[in-house]
Amino acid sequence: MTAVKHIAPASLPAPEIDDLNRPHWDGLLEGELRFQRCAACDHAWLPAREHCPSCLGNDVRWEAGSGEARLISWITYYVAFDPAFKERLPYIVAIVALKEGPRMLTNIVGIESEADLSIEMRLALAIEWEGETAVARFRLAGEKA
Amino acid sequence: MVEPGQIVIAGIGHTQFGSHEGRSTIALNVEAISKALEDAGIAKDAVDGLFVKYPTSQFQTIYAHKVAEAMGIQPRMCGVLDQAGAANISMIGYAAMAIEAGQCEIAVISFADNPKTGSRAASQRAMGGDSIYGWYGAAAGYAMIAQRHMQQWGTTRDHLGQVAVTCRTNGMANPNAQLRKPLTMEDYRASRMIVSPLQRDDCCLLSDGGAAVVVMSAERARIEGIANAVPILGFGQGHASWEVTQRSDLTATQASASARTAFEMARLSPRDIDVAQLYDCFSIVPLITLEDYGFCPQGQGGSFAADIGIGLDGGLPINTSGGLLSETGMPGLQLVIEAVRQMRGTAVNQVRDAANCIVSNQGGVMQTHATLIVGKAA
Repeated sequence: MTAVKHIAPASLPAPEIDDLNRPHWDGLLEGELRFQRCAACDHAWLPAREHCPSCLGNDVRWEAGSGEARLISWITYYVAFDPAFKERLPYIVAIVALKEGPRMLTNIVGIESEADLSIEMRLALAIEWEGETAVARFRLAGEKA
Repeated sequence: MVEPGQIVIAGIGHTQFGSHEGRSTIALNVEAISKALEDAGIAKDAVDGLFVKYPTSQFQTIYAHKVAEAMGIQPRMCGVLDQAGAANISMIGYAAMAIEAGQCEIAVISFADNPKTGSRAASQRAMGGDSIYGWYGAAAGYAMIAQRHMQQWGTTRDHLGQVAVTCRTNGMANPNAQLRKPLTMEDYRASRMIVSPLQRDDCCLLSDGGAAVVVMSAERARIEGIANAVPILGFGQGHASWEVTQRSDLTATQASASARTAFEMARLSPRDIDVAQLYDCFSIVPLITLEDYGFCPQGQGGSFAADIGIGLDGGLPINTSGGLLSETGMPGLQLVIEAVRQMRGTAVNQVRDAANCIVSNQGGVMQTHATLIVGKAA
């Protein structure tokens, strides 16, 4: 997967990385979107948990996803709740469902306006860098990164 | 089992809505409770159940006991329920069950907060570890739900606008309402975008203030000689639990389970309901509540508002005192108080011959829900 180098206009708040979710963020540094899967019942999810929310089992494994997803919903911010986002207005935050099942928050990048978006449309992972952090964003599927 | 009409709301009280510069939430609670007790004609020492929703803007431990201390009472039952915006109706339900079980006899349910002049941090913080995506503010989760509803079911901005305009129109006639500036559909369409698809006028007010109700058995109310006691016909709860990001269906909530429980208890169905006070922290919420409650099929809340009507002359008048969008942004108890006024026949926008009123409270981003149905005052 291609990681698009991105010069940030202002540094964004860093994610809170701990032992539980580190594999997710480390995966992005290596170009992979990792999620958790339960070895007992096969349920897959994000964000990281210590147990399976479906069967409550503890045999939780990390797995790299295909990077394919569909758009569940999105919003466009016209107000910056944190000054770090002021120069990025308007920006889009979306909920996506990975092909493997887990849902996550993300940003949609590489579009002209939100008129290009509709629910259930296919998306592809586009990892971008914010300082030292690799962030999982998405672009429309079928478009070059 | 609590039977319909066995428990009543015997007193209501609230502070002014708007700004209370320099006043503590404890003082606002005490003012609201004093007014509710005065309305019921009950002395504070008779209160043996105190149920409080903690101030949303600042969590504090044993908060209800601080309110009890400020009132100088030592109730048998006392505590805070953390259910965000659903807490107030849920606590009325718990109080009813406690009274029926003999655990207390006269309960007060109270809430106060001062986010307008105090701290706004709670409504503007980043959500979870997702701040790197720019995921901030209470409006965002509701905007996600509104967008999905519009895309999936054809709900329009004007449908959302109809909620905003209806609530404002009702609030304009209410001298206690915080925001009484006229709002036409044209004004609404021109309103500033906050987090698309939600505009400024889709978002509830930021308000200081307090509200309280007094709950007891119908029998006790008769003994106390309380006129205008409003019978509780039904109540229920339902909890979707999942964060909006993880919820498999963004456009339906467990308000359906909550309403089903309340309707069964009241032995009523949606077609029997005369007036509704639907939690309107954001304009999309009443539309989805209409669907989840069974007033119309899923996805049809917008058409229900447009075709059946939610104004005072509509098929189901909602938010007759202005709701969270106009009267006060406080989480829910004002809707219960307006339901009581409607059932007493003392509302500013009185719905003629209304025999019952349904009230919804909900919170988080539609994770929590509680329903109350009340009947005409004795």
